[in-house]
Amino acid sequence: MQQAVRLRAAVTLLGRFPALAGVDLDILPGEVVLLKGANGAGKTTLLRLCAGLCVLSDGQAWVLGHDLNTQRQMVRRRVALMGHSTGLYDELSVTENVSFWGRAARASHKEIHDALELLQLTGRLARTRARQLSAGQRRRACFASLLVRRPELWLLDEPHAGLDQQSRDIVDSLVLSAAQDGATVVMASHELERIQKLQPRVVSVAGGMVDPKAVAHAS
Amino acid sequence: MNVTTPVSTFELTGRGVQVLPTSSSKATKVLGWLSLLGFAVLVVLAFAWVPQDTRITDQGDVVGQFDAVRLMFVHVPAAILAYSGFGITFLASLGYLRWRTVWWDIMAVSAAEIGVMFGVLTLVTGSIWGRPTWQTWWEWGDVRLVTTLVMVLVFIGYLAVRRIPVQAQVQARRCALIALVGVVNIIIVNRSVDWWENRTLHQQSTLLARKIRDETLFTLTFSLLVGAALFAWLLLHRFRMAYLQSQLEQLEVEQALVERRAESQLHDCQAASALPTQTHLSDAPQEGEDQR
Amino acid sequence: MLRDVWLVVGKDLLIEMRARVGINQIVPFAVIVLLLFAFALDTDQAALRTYAPGLFWVTVLLASLLAIGRSFAVDLADGTSDRLLLSGIEPVAAFLGKVIAIAVQLVVLELLLSLGVLLLFDVSVQRFGLLVSAGLVGALGLAVAGTLYGALVAGLGMRESLLPVLLLPVVAPVMLGATRAFQDAFGVAGAQGWAWLGLLVGFAAIYGLFGALSYGTLLEEA
Repeated sequence: MQQAVRLRAAVTLLGRFPALAGVDLDILPGEVVLLKGANGAGKTTLLRLCAGLCVLSDGQAWVLGHDLNTQRQMVRRRVALMGHSTGLYDELSVTENVSFWGRAARASHKEIHDALELLQLTGRLARTRARQLSAGQRRRACFASLLVRRPELWLLDEPHAGLDQQSRDIVDSLVLSAAQDGATVVMASHELERIQKLQPRVVSVAGGMVDPKAVAHAS
Repeated sequence: MNVTTPVSTFELTGRGVQVLPTSSSKATKVLGWLSLLGFAVLVVLAFAWVPQDTRITDQGDVVGQFDAVRLMFVHVPAAILAYSGFGITFLASLGYLRWRTVWWDIMAVSAAEIGVMFGVLTLVTGSIWGRPTWQTWWEWGDVRLVTTLVMVLVFIGYLAVRRIPVQAQVQARRCALIALVGVVNIIIVNRSVDWWENRTLHQQSTLLARKIRDETLFTLTFSLLVGAALFAWLLLHRFRMAYLQSQLEQLEVEQALVERRAESQLHDCQAASALPTQTHLSDAPQEGEDQR
Repeated sequence: MLRDVWLVVGKDLLIEMRARVGINQIVPFAVIVLLLFAFALDTDQAALRTYAPGLFWVTVLLASLLAIGRSFAVDLADGTSDRLLLSGIEPVAAFLGKVIAIAVQLVVLELLLSLGVLLLFDVSVQRFGLLVSAGLVGALGLAVAGTLYGALVAGLGMRESLLPVLLLPVVAPVMLGATRAFQDAFGVAGAQGWAWLGLLVGFAAIYGLFGALSYGTLLEEA
């Protein structure tokens, strides 16, 4: 079976700092993987590399069957990356934001509508400009704008940060249903007990490497 | 940047990156002495041997460039070398976009720096020459003047972008595009200024018209040769400096890689012990290897 | 692809209409520059009339720097630049969309400014068609070159000062051609206005082609 993510001695430099110092990693389609590690271990860079946003300085990498050295463009449109920023335009309303990213990804009106509904972004909230949203609402709007892309690979960087209980449940059910639909999910999180429900494979990241001894399957 | 003494830096990694300790070699030493000697001879020729540029008109008036003609031996080579420098930058930028190797990138930046230097020299000497000869420091309608000015400005901008610290590949790619646009731009500027004021104060090439004195012609040719030697000498040194710098950066990166990897081993025991109890170790990476 | 172009145009213009930076800051800035010219030239009505075309385009050029900077700043806020890279929008479409959005803003600015020039500098329009065409094509040329260079310096530090250094030498032909065409249109100097318009068209075409070809390379990086 072809891996969703396949990294071999992948090195990524940020300036001259090797954020990733030779990562070997295989992730199968449909897997839910939790990246675990201290701040500055390289989790964020690893997610960005998989999204095709970082240059692969050395080594080899394939994501969704595309070589990251040559076909980053192809990777980019098939993944959803949620980083620390939300990627919303402050002056546009929630609906306008989600529609813009949705239409860029050729989503139908219904898909856009459904995504807004699923993340409970309806009524007054839908017409609110992103500038006026709370941090949690922004994150939900961000999720909606990712959902409309129908991504095959979800890359989530601290998806629970800054969310209240209700929103966290929404996020969890979203991740679960994505995995059930066959999408691959890779997330970095510090909230381990929360993640256990999703029964992820835990991958330890430290010093820009994926620790081979610490690679483990959740039971 | 000090590249002559960082021997200890090279020994840090003990890895096989070959680093030249200096930007000089036998060839550049010969070139350097040749240019210096040539320049000394050129000074003697230009000031002592070449006569003043004078001509007696039919009315008996004495006209010409007089002593100002001696500036030509700097101005003409400098102009040719400036354009050569930018030409090399253009070609090297194309080469970089095609092959994406650091060689083309540092060739582009080296040639651009030397091009800007000679470009400024061209403008300054031209302006000084223009004062007695054309009775003006600057003439806006002159195509070559305006084109050269715009070109120097474009490449000063290019060097400004070079100074900004960003990811090496990103910078190389952006600068290559700036150089390409810049050269295309020069052609457009040249055509539009030509159209704007269809006049030039520049004399038609006297070289071909054979109106030039033999002494002057010889000295001019000699000055071109000296200029070429100087240009080659500067370019070789600048290129090797940039190459050494990139090697040094490579070493720094490798050093950083070693440190970063050590960091990950440091965390090994902690990471393993901090694992949730319900997870168990497995040989997942090895599985991955098998699937290759 | 055309869909993506209009998507980007719509997004940029909608944001601009909401934020009103153009109306609230850039237009007043341009009007102030016009007033400063009047002060600098010492209320010499004849001189103002003669130089009105040049002053008009210098003002447009300065204001366009602000508009271009603003247009790219919008896409840098809160990770939207990353999202655009991931969006699946073709680079060519992203380029053309930005060009059109900036050109529309510049045309609106030119409209207001030409009113200012007509009133303050006391010029009269001799050739209306030439004036409108040169205004449109000039704006397009500035937008094309501006978008290319805006993307080149986007994400680099010190881009506020870098953009003028890089862009102004490049748009010198636009300045030259548009000013000549306006001189003809205002009847203040005998220039071959339509021929200069050809230069503007050529400029926009060459830079448009270059931008469309290289925008993908620019967006390739992180």
